Amino acid sequence: MENHFPIRRIMDENGHIINSDYEEKITEKLVKEFYRHMVRIRIFDRKAISLQRQGRIGTYAPYEGQEASQVGSAAALRENDWMFPTYRDHGAAMTFGHSLRNILLFWNGRNEGCVPPEGKKIFPPAIPIATQIPHAAGAAFAERKKGTVNAAIAYFGDGATSEGDFHEGLNFASVFKAPVVFFNQNNQYAISVPFNKQMNTKTIAQKALAYDMPGVRIDGNDVFMVYFETLHALERARKGEGPTLIEAVTWRYGAHTTADDPSKYRNQSESSNRRQEADPILRLERWLKNMGRFDEKWVQTIEEKAAAEIDQAIAEMEDFPPADPAVIFDHVFAEPTWQIRQQKEEYLKQMGGGR
Amino acid sequence: MKTAVEAKTMTLVQAITDALDTMLNEKEEVLLLGEDIGKNGGVFRATDGLQAKYGEGRVIDTPLSEAGFVGAGIGLAVNGFLPVIEIQFLGFIYPAYEQIMTHASRIRMRTMGHFTVPMVIRAPYGAGVRAPEIHCDSTEAIFTHMPGIKVVCPSSPYDAKGLLIAAIEDPDPVLYLEPMRCYRSAKEEVPEGKYSIEIGKGNKLMEGDDVTVITWGAMVPETIKAAKLMKEKNTHCDVIDLRTLFPLDKDMIAESVQKTGRTVIVHEAHATGGVGNDVLAIINDTSFLYQKAPVERVTGFDAPVPYFGFEDHYLPTPARIQQAIEKVMKF
Repeated sequence: MENHFPIRRIMDENGHIINSDYEEKITEKLVKEFYRHMVRIRIFDRKAISLQRQGRIGTYAPYEGQEASQVGSAAALRENDWMFPTYRDHGAAMTFGHSLRNILLFWNGRNEGCVPPEGKKIFPPAIPIATQIPHAAGAAFAERKKGTVNAAIAYFGDGATSEGDFHEGLNFASVFKAPVVFFNQNNQYAISVPFNKQMNTKTIAQKALAYDMPGVRIDGNDVFMVYFETLHALERARKGEGPTLIEAVTWRYGAHTTADDPSKYRNQSESSNRRQEADPILRLERWLKNMGRFDEKWVQTIEEKAAAEIDQAIAEMEDFPPADPAVIFDHVFAEPTWQIRQQKEEYLKQMGGGR
Repeated sequence: MKTAVEAKTMTLVQAITDALDTMLNEKEEVLLLGEDIGKNGGVFRATDGLQAKYGEGRVIDTPLSEAGFVGAGIGLAVNGFLPVIEIQFLGFIYPAYEQIMTHASRIRMRTMGHFTVPMVIRAPYGAGVRAPEIHCDSTEAIFTHMPGIKVVCPSSPYDAKGLLIAAIEDPDPVLYLEPMRCYRSAKEEVPEGKYSIEIGKGNKLMEGDDVTVITWGAMVPETIKAAKLMKEKNTHCDVIDLRTLFPLDKDMIAESVQKTGRTVIVHEAHATGGVGNDVLAIINDTSFLYQKAPVERVTGFDAPVPYFGFEDHYLPTPARIQQAIEKVMKF
């Protein structure tokens, strides 16, 4: 089956375009935009880890190594599309326009962090595995019923494809031709369990066959491939042709979260090798160099800009007013029940008396 | 909230169909989803004729996937629709438990009201109809324990229609439990058109000063039988049909148990962790000093609901309810 689902790519590790069909579509503007976003989310990821180490945010799920998958896919979305990310997809959410401050607030244990900027249809990150897949199918089905051209994208990892919700969500979307892209980032580990212990299939893309939808396997570190394939899948969705399953093969360099140590379950030299050979940002840099368009000064400027933007977001997160206990009670129902009113009143009274 | 004038005599299940029809007609956003609800009209015919009337785009047969279509219902609800989902039997809701617990009931809280899930899940529940195993569960307490979802359970055709309309109009998720034993056991007049019954309000079915008997759903007729028999023995029961299991009608419970000082709680669900215990907590919190006797509970046992050959032994009966009433009276 693996032969039927080869890993497709537009650019090789050395930054050479190996599929000439795309040459004209790859504009300098697009490349610089991808590069800028990838650098931005990588700096964010590293800063977030460091904030966690300093106790300034809670447990954090890093994505370094997966930037091309997240940026390429999110960049293909249109303003009115829906995004259903997991806890490791805030790189995609940032690229799609989520607030950096709110993403940091989320990692700092604040509900305020799950609120997207006005008009942005970004769902809060799914914490249980694969449960967001039926949501995306449903939200997309709703768009179809309304007769819009909006689509939805659902992010999930390799381990999620073992869950029932993955299959139920794909089947639902397939039956109702929901305009949704199921974007899998196969980073080859579900916490500590490697791909070959997670499933007996060699690919995730082949699972699309069961639902009679296109299944494509792409190099998730090739931002061009990710972008154009997602764009294509979204176009199909907008035209009423139904869902697509994309398997973006990638790799997370670091831990599942800041609470684990990957060297316990895998040889981390693999990560250093991949960093040298297949890093998504390095690859784009090689392309720029090959084309003679690499500009050190520009890179420095975008790095500085991103760092400043992130520092600003961190400052805003840290200056955010302390947690108001009313928030615990005020959003359980549109109108609080008597239990909630009573518990809130008693707790606030206790607080007033105790402090 | 009664605005309708004409009335029709109907069964509880017909009242459900009537409520769905009323709301499908009133709001384009209302969609029905579930297994076999289209041409077949649902295994209990609760959606009979609705697909023919409103089309396959509004009354939607889903694949067999409780987690999948409840999850998709969440997606539809956050994107402007009002899904009313039929779970064929409450005993089959468990695959969707995760979707309800981790998403439907808490998306409002997670996003501080930015995303909300105005969705109704309908599920026939309970034993007593000689149904196969797993078709008879009464596990409402799993859901009353869950913050962010309301749980209602009518026992009469009139309440069935009014509560379902209220559930569909509620801005938050509501689990609507249907006592299948009462689906066709009685008929009453149900107003045509739209009316609703406030969620969170019980209904006093009999007035009496001696003992409060609190119940809901399929145990209502059994309790009424017991209360009538007790009346012949000159013991007068205040019978409360809770109608809503979350949030409970605290005021009605407190008012009655303060009057009588003696209480019997009747439910067919297992005793441990049952909703009856929350009723007890309300009595404790509001009316401790009024009590003349310890509260009695008449419930299903802490055993899985048995095969139907044994269900008459499992379910509370008027005789068991009478015994409990006599016990609190004699204390």
